[in-house]
Amino acid sequence: MSIFTEAQAKAILDKVIALSKADQCTAQLKGGVNGNVRFALNNVSTAGIVSDVDLVVEVAFGKRVGIATINAFDDAALERVVRRAEDLARLAPENPEFVPAVAKQTYQSTPTFSPATAAITADYRAQVAADSINPCKAENLVAAGFLQDGVNFVAFANSKGNFGYQQATSLDYTCTVRTADGRGSGWVGRDLQDAKVFDTKSDIRTAMRKASASADAKALEPGKYTVILEPAAAAGLLAFMFRAFDAREADEGRSFLSKKGGGNKIGEQIVDPRVNFTADPSHPDAVIMPWDDDGLLREHLPLVTNGKVANLEYSRFWAQKQGKKANAGIGNLIMAGGTKSTAELIKGTAKGILVTRTWYIRMVDPQTVLLTGLTRDGTFYIENGAIKYPLKNFRFNESPVIMLNNIEELGRPVRVKGDESDLIMVLPPMKLRDFTFTSLSDAV
Amino acid sequence: MGAALLPSVYGRAVAAEALLDGAIPVMVKRTLADAALAAATGAGASYCDVRIGRYLRQFVITRDAHVENVVNTESIGVGIRVIAGGAWGFAATNDMSTAGVATAARQATAIAKANARNQTAPVQLAPTPGVGEQSWRAPIRTNAMAVPVKEKAALLLDVNAAALANGADFVNSVLFSVNEQKYFASTDGSYIDQDIHRIWPLMRVTAVDKATGKFRTRSALSAPMGLGYEYLDGNKADQTVLPSGVVVYGKSYDMKADAIAAAKQARAKLKAPSVKPGKYDLVLDPSHTWLTIHESVGHPTELDRVLGYEANYAGTSFATLDKRRDHFKYGSDKVTIVADKLQPGSLGAVGFDDEGVKTKQWALIKDGVLVDYQAIRDQAHIIGKTASDGCCYADSWSSVQFQRMANVSLQPGKTKLSVPDMVAGVENGIYIVGDGSFSIDQQRYNAQFGGQLFYEIKNGKVGGMIEDVAYQIRTPEFWNSCVAVCDERDYRLGGSFFDGKGQPAQVSAVSHGSSTARFNGINVISTARSLG
Repeated sequence: MSIFTEAQAKAILDKVIALSKADQCTAQLKGGVNGNVRFALNNVSTAGIVSDVDLVVEVAFGKRVGIATINAFDDAALERVVRRAEDLARLAPENPEFVPAVAKQTYQSTPTFSPATAAITADYRAQVAADSINPCKAENLVAAGFLQDGVNFVAFANSKGNFGYQQATSLDYTCTVRTADGRGSGWVGRDLQDAKVFDTKSDIRTAMRKASASADAKALEPGKYTVILEPAAAAGLLAFMFRAFDAREADEGRSFLSKKGGGNKIGEQIVDPRVNFTADPSHPDAVIMPWDDDGLLREHLPLVTNGKVANLEYSRFWAQKQGKKANAGIGNLIMAGGTKSTAELIKGTAKGILVTRTWYIRMVDPQTVLLTGLTRDGTFYIENGAIKYPLKNFRFNESPVIMLNNIEELGRPVRVKGDESDLIMVLPPMKLRDFTFTSLSDAV
Repeated sequence: MGAALLPSVYGRAVAAEALLDGAIPVMVKRTLADAALAAATGAGASYCDVRIGRYLRQFVITRDAHVENVVNTESIGVGIRVIAGGAWGFAATNDMSTAGVATAARQATAIAKANARNQTAPVQLAPTPGVGEQSWRAPIRTNAMAVPVKEKAALLLDVNAAALANGADFVNSVLFSVNEQKYFASTDGSYIDQDIHRIWPLMRVTAVDKATGKFRTRSALSAPMGLGYEYLDGNKADQTVLPSGVVVYGKSYDMKADAIAAAKQARAKLKAPSVKPGKYDLVLDPSHTWLTIHESVGHPTELDRVLGYEANYAGTSFATLDKRRDHFKYGSDKVTIVADKLQPGSLGAVGFDDEGVKTKQWALIKDGVLVDYQAIRDQAHIIGKTASDGCCYADSWSSVQFQRMANVSLQPGKTKLSVPDMVAGVENGIYIVGDGSFSIDQQRYNAQFGGQLFYEIKNGKVGGMIEDVAYQIRTPEFWNSCVAVCDERDYRLGGSFFDGKGQPAQVSAVSHGSSTARFNGINVISTARSLG
């Protein structure tokens, strides 16, 4: 069994806390059941289910910390894991940056659980694969995709009386559709909590349409262009920018949010005044756990307000050192926008480039958050409010900070997830001027 | 997807002493394996392999003057793969009883039978003769797991202090050690016990100029290696002083000396002028070239990418089967690139791969011509091979093994050429040392690479340090612009622990060797920007 009830989890955690002779003890149980199906070349390639639960015990004697983990939960096992953590702590060097466990928090539970997602079966996954593959086969297209769904729980307690328990569900679907001759490629991705709103048959059409429409791409000279980034295309760039929203890095002078002469840029204008970002565990389109990995309470946290830095992330150590309030690590990112869909933004564009998706984004210079990466799976030229023809893919070298200073218009935000980020994001499609493409790619 | 360079944590945390004992006796593994093989064949499997794994990892993590964390993890279990009805099935368990593994074997067989219903063509396995009982041990001198944590922490703190005393404002360092104890058995009649060790000392030094708000970093010039703790001996014979004055390392690394150099070089970067964009001849040190080889040759020659199995995640490949048939000119005649699972001290070296195939070396590009791919047992027939190349790997007992990159390396030049002699012939060039930013498209055509250190070369002489350098390539043009490769005296390895591929994603450790190489007329851009 990999999903413990609140009562089962609390009973185990209480035993652990009672067993510990250390100055303080924190215990966390994390477990879940996650299923997947993978397909390629219009065939299912692998399918599986992984179930697991782990108990992590962290104890401290003064500033000496020990951590041990186990996945057995009988009394002897619990005794063993606590003693092992205590033995490690006694041997560990003092950590001058040690901070005590969080005090008792009052969490407001967030609706992270959806019965429809928790009820997904192997047959459901097989049907998703079939609903992706069959329409592609019928139109001489080739599908490759992956569905992963899960129900997971987190429970924790510490010797200061803090306790939390919550279950969460997730569904992540991506599908790349290519033309049989390899000259066109399209993509669709859905990151959802509730499977009720997932419709493979509808989503697959997006990837199919883009695959067919992107064949016979023309080459456009690299340079600065007005672009419309679909939310999935913007997600990878923005995730990098928010990795730098750490107060310590900024205060230490090693971030784009460091101020000349010392200090950080809280309160300073860094991007267009229309830009507003928040982290909010209760946002209806991106509900996440009400605590971070330390058990610290997540609250609505403005990050950028009217283009100015509103808050940075303060770890408990750094907050204590700087005399600030610590805030929980963010788990989502909400950007305000307008009301127009991507299609409506295209209609209002005289000349520009539509970017479906970005790929292999890497930091080039953290001083300016200069990133490089490529477009893929549907890059199109827009003229007089309509898509005219597909374009060969570009490499870009662009900073999201510069990009957010070049906003023409923001559309209606939707939920997305970056390829290489754990953040759940709600982002608008963005029309931006002077986006910097530096070379062409032959890749389809 | 590519070579992610930051450590991540695997498995369950355990006490340090647990990393030295607890190895499962071979007889116990054989008994468990036989139970699984019998259960699978009894349930109707036509083929079965069993991997019993104990994976140990240790991270010692420091920041400036203190140890941030010591993490020891251990993961033990059994992965069972079968063919039934012509389809694959897989199940894994951490129940290390004969009944537990037999249950998992029957589950794997049931999954295979279910998958068989939708299978359009049966799995074809290239024949692999059973080898009976075999064992292979990585040729290490000192087991890193046997070195006390206290000694490792003291080394890193000494390294950090040296960097801070020589101009660094901040320094982070990590010592990452891995031991994979793997047992493989199959219905082909193989029982293979292997003991694999890896080590990777990492460091990043930051220098800040508070007045200007500028900051620069310099990362370690170490490589992850398939070696023991002896890699940290700092043996002078394994050090090379480049014409730029930079010291680089071979089979032995002096972390403290590199930290001192890193601190000084990070400060120098704060004052170094920006590169003028344009075409340059590049002289690439092996500490840099490994990543370019990895992205632009290693990945495009993986057969699963070529065929389209990775289209939704890691990508496909421009090096399609017709290109091999047509003797595609991948590079100049100076370019011979081999795949290798044997090379001592490399990350990919093993005696047998994760489907029991004896490992080997083979050419991918010969004198510039694409001649082969990297294929495993169920792919070999697709390209007309009668045997697997022996490059199948799973990152855990609980992961399904699949095709992973072998060590892929540029062979040294056949004629004698030293680095100073190579540099002497360059009129307008840039010398690049260390790996930096990296990005490549999903078919491996268009790539961009940075580095750690850049020096201009004018009229055969290495000049001052420059900054903000990145070069952009189209893979075949780049390798065709290779005009010289230094000889074997300069051959060194680089690599990564974290090459990512597959869904669910798995990581793999891989080395790439080369001697210093020269590429003419490469497009260099300036990455300098201003936020106003």
